[in-house]
Amino acid sequence: MQRVPSYISRSVAGSYDNEAVAIFALIFTFYLYIKTLNTGSLFYATLNAIAYFYMVCSWGGYTFIINLIPMHVLLCIVTGRYSSRLYIAYAPLVVLGTLLASLVPVVGFNAVMTSEHFASFLVFIIIHVVALVYYIKGILSPKMFKVAVTFVVSIGVVVCGAVLAVLIALVASSPTKGWSGRSLSLLDPTYASKYIPIIASVSEHQPPTWPSYFMDINVLAFLVPAGIIACFSPLSDASSFVILYIVTSVYFSGVMVRLMLVLAPAACIMSGIALSAAFDVFTRSIKFQLPGATENSERDAGETSSNSVVAQNDVAKTEKNEDAVKERPSKKNRKKEKEKENVEKPSVKSQIKKKLLILPLEASIIAIFLLVLLGAFYVVHCVWAAAEAYSAPSIVLTSHSHDGLHVFDDFREAYAWLSHNTEVDDKVASWWDYGYQTTAMANRTVIVDNNTWNNTHIATVGTAMSSPEKAAWEIFNSLDVKYVLVVFGGLVGYPSDDINKFLWMVRIGGGVFPHIKEPDYLRDGQYRIDSQATPTMLNCLMYKLSYYRFVETDGKAFDRVRRTEIGKKYFKLTHFEEVFTTHHWMVRIYKLKPPKNRIRGRAKKSKSKASSTTGTKRIGTKKKNPWH
Amino acid sequence: MGFRFDLLMFMIVLLSVPVLSNLILSNVDRRIDLTTQAVRITSTLKVENTGSDLVSEVLLAFPDDQAKHLAYLTATNNEGKGKAKSSSVSFPVDVVRPKGMHPSLTFYSVSLPKGLGKGASLTLDVLAVFAHALQPFPERITQPDIQLVVFNETAHYLSPYAVKVQSLTVKLPDARIESFSKIENTKIHGSEVKYGPYENLPPFSYSSIVVHFEANQPFAIAQQLIREIEISHWGNVQVTEHYNLVHGGAQSKGEFSRLDYQARPHVRGASAIRHLVAKLPPRAHSIYYRDEIGNISTSKLWGDPKKTELVIEPRYPMFGGWRTAFTIGYGLPLQDFLFHSEGKRYLNISFGSPINEVVIDTLIVKVVLPEGSADISVSAPFPVKQGQETKFSHLDVVGRPVIVLEKTNVVLEHNQHFQVYYKFSSLSMFGEPLMLISGFFFLFVACIIYMHADLSISKSSPSYLAKLQWDEVQAGVQQVRNIFDRCLTLHDKLEASLRDLSRTGDVQACKASRKAVDGLLKDISKDLKPLLLSLQSSPQAAQILPKCSICKTSNATS
Repeated sequence: MQRVPSYISRSVAGSYDNEAVAIFALIFTFYLYIKTLNTGSLFYATLNAIAYFYMVCSWGGYTFIINLIPMHVLLCIVTGRYSSRLYIAYAPLVVLGTLLASLVPVVGFNAVMTSEHFASFLVFIIIHVVALVYYIKGILSPKMFKVAVTFVVSIGVVVCGAVLAVLIALVASSPTKGWSGRSLSLLDPTYASKYIPIIASVSEHQPPTWPSYFMDINVLAFLVPAGIIACFSPLSDASSFVILYIVTSVYFSGVMVRLMLVLAPAACIMSGIALSAAFDVFTRSIKFQLPGATENSERDAGETSSNSVVAQNDVAKTEKNEDAVKERPSKKNRKKEKEKENVEKPSVKSQIKKKLLILPLEASIIAIFLLVLLGAFYVVHCVWAAAEAYSAPSIVLTSHSHDGLHVFDDFREAYAWLSHNTEVDDKVASWWDYGYQTTAMANRTVIVDNNTWNNTHIATVGTAMSSPEKAAWEIFNSLDVKYVLVVFGGLVGYPSDDINKFLWMVRIGGGVFPHIKEPDYLRDGQYRIDSQATPTMLNCLMYKLSYYRFVETDGKAFDRVRRTEIGKKYFKLTHFEEVFTTHHWMVRIYKLKPPKNRIRGRAKKSKSKASSTTGTKRIGTKKKNPWH
Repeated sequence: MGFRFDLLMFMIVLLSVPVLSNLILSNVDRRIDLTTQAVRITSTLKVENTGSDLVSEVLLAFPDDQAKHLAYLTATNNEGKGKAKSSSVSFPVDVVRPKGMHPSLTFYSVSLPKGLGKGASLTLDVLAVFAHALQPFPERITQPDIQLVVFNETAHYLSPYAVKVQSLTVKLPDARIESFSKIENTKIHGSEVKYGPYENLPPFSYSSIVVHFEANQPFAIAQQLIREIEISHWGNVQVTEHYNLVHGGAQSKGEFSRLDYQARPHVRGASAIRHLVAKLPPRAHSIYYRDEIGNISTSKLWGDPKKTELVIEPRYPMFGGWRTAFTIGYGLPLQDFLFHSEGKRYLNISFGSPINEVVIDTLIVKVVLPEGSADISVSAPFPVKQGQETKFSHLDVVGRPVIVLEKTNVVLEHNQHFQVYYKFSSLSMFGEPLMLISGFFFLFVACIIYMHADLSISKSSPSYLAKLQWDEVQAGVQQVRNIFDRCLTLHDKLEASLRDLSRTGDVQACKASRKAVDGLLKDISKDLKPLLLSLQSSPQAAQILPKCSICKTSNATS
């Protein structure tokens, strides 16, 4: 489990996140749930509620639990698997869990108010009804029971209808139907991009690609189906839960890259089940044949092959082929894989029939060897992925060139500069991606950080970045900002810089401040910064701060990320001054110039300038100025 | 200011001449080196005793504003007429406050152990190093500006004694000289300005001169440097140096343009600190260079048997007024620095920073001795403030004694070795491993005792009885399980032989195998018997007994 790359992605030292804790809490909660389900012990049920509380404390993803468990309970009830153990597993969890969850400040009354939690209460009611039905069924005679059912059902339908109507009315009264934006974007993958740009702007919230699945769970991707089959054969409460878990987590991981994290443990459990089933079969057949191994091996092989034919009537044909293949000393990998797949089904069957399934000795030894090899390769892959993809800190970038490793340590350079050369209470404005970094590394107050609960202030910074210089200066000054930090990758070709994120700033800013309109920044629906770009784009603060004096580096102002020459090359900043730029220009820090309080001097200046152009304007300014 | 000071001096001259002894300085030759940020004034004084008494001390005078920047002062006897410096003896120098002297002067007295008899003469070499004597002027410059500094001195040697002949040479860096005070007998020769010779000046004569020149070397000032030297008798001396660096030159104002800096680094940003060189002792190992947010990747290391050179670049080029903080650390082999003498051990290690160009405002050297060191004493070649504290590290019981030495205004000349003497028995270095070993040992012993001891208070309590019963039942169940397993394998064998029979029709083989299995089954039922008996004997097992018998019969039938 701890080797799965997607989990490593969250738990390596550099990017250790509360999710790493949360996944443990998640799995622990599930474990206790199943434990309760199997034992029916109230002790474990209480522990389960506490584990759930732990999960609520650690991560917002707790809604996954509070929806998945009711789903499973419902499934059990519908398939007629209701038992008192199920009741004990579920009811205390809902009551205690909800009480405890509402103790967490972030959750508070949300635990009973939002739609995410309604499913659990609904199922809570249902399970009580079902429990009552079962109880009554137990104490009444069948005839009386039928009468009672008709009576209760007629009343129950009326009551339920009334309650449902009230609930629906309540839910429908809120615009998002009581669902928080994040949850909605899970249910409807297109929701976020339509309504909440701030959620959609995070790369982690994009749907993953197939290679990323393979990268993250690797061999497990193939073992999971086998595990699902193994779960189905003796379908118990616990295994049905695991199946439900894997199905939902596959769906969620398909919506967001980040939720690959939820999939990882599920995939681990599944492939663990698959592997254990496979090993079970192989070792059993080896164990059985070992005493006979000293005898004539040829006879043994023939004997066992006939055995297997008897044992598996339905797959006899393929199995026979397989056996024929096996007897020949061909050791191609693919065939072994197939063989392993075949093994899966019989293993399951053997458990049902309580019969021993026997595979040829050599085949099972080879298969075990291959499985171990598979596992070993998986470990190698995980270590590689952990080293290459996830352990490299995102703050120090490296590039391999012909003369060795080149290190881009610009972020820390900038943060170190900020922390040592600015006043302690100076405030820094940057796009929110760098908020936590600035807080932690530069020890300066930031205007927006990675906490996106309230996006109005993020929109404010987005608006400032997309405004012209003067308006931006006014916004920043009203926020008491001293320094503005922008990330610029145009010189060295660092693609995730602020210019590439700029459209999100426009969108998020425009979401709150309607005077920022996305089409103003697009030319024919295309985002560009070359000479075809719109004047709004070329005059916005982000453009200016990024490309200030950029033309003087190579004379052409060629942006290596956008692979184009920039549109407006020569300009001056009037309200900002460059105070620091890192070695590779990746971080540029500007200081807000102090407000000009010499109104007279400026007025004179502008007057003298104006006088050379138009006389009428001069009179105008003169009249406006109370000092003359 | 300078003029007023002059006037004061003249008054002092009138007042204080009679107080002093009959020494005169027959020849004073001063050389002022302004090429680095630390100002070094080397004065060669030829002292003559014209009176009749034996004189045992020579006074050196410095104005207060200079004296507070004075970092280092030595007086050596230049016996050899030529360049035989090896025979030079340094005299003890102390601060004194002679009576009747002007309060704005600080006096240092050089004690002459032999004394200076009537008519005898002596040549003294006085080296004075000042830390912050160069004032940037203008105080704030922009990035392309060059850094100009001002230096104030007196052309006449300020001394409580009359000076017969004197001259002054000011050595400037090879750059532009903005201006210098022109008084009589001033000559400029390349980058050297010469004043003098002046003859027969009375005591306390003062003539202010100002040199204004371009100094583009960076003014790296460590406002605080904490050197922690930790001795481990396992073979390592770990040195950790925490620097708090500031560029002490002209403050930078206005924009910093990386473009200008990158395009013309020596014009735009000439006075910036680009890199520092730390000259570490040879065989230094595990060297690191980091700050609070992690490793700083811009450093280079060269090593040869004579020295180790670490070139470090701050995270950003440092302009005037910019600050940074970083830590360098390295390990040194113990045998190079720790020696034995007279039953004591002593550490002999250099006092100052390995970075030569840095002037340190406050240097705190902490020597962490191993736990259990006693009889600690320090010998330093110059006065330092001493203190002691305790540091707790892993597995410490009483803590490690830490010697704290503090010194302000530290310059290159302070890079001398100092010694810390202490007593430490070699056996006590095994204390901590032994503690660890015994700790684990006792933990395991405690576990063993706990597992083996019967800690229940009452032997008749229901829970205790239940536990006993539980153990018994568990053992029984385990036995039954084993028997079942054996039984099952026999079944499988039997089945296999039956299949074999149906395939080959070899009745004999099947019969033989059946016979063997029968025998084994009999053994099994024999094994089962005592268990069954015990089951029958216990009253609680009454309700499960029938099931067991079914099991048994099934066993038998098969």
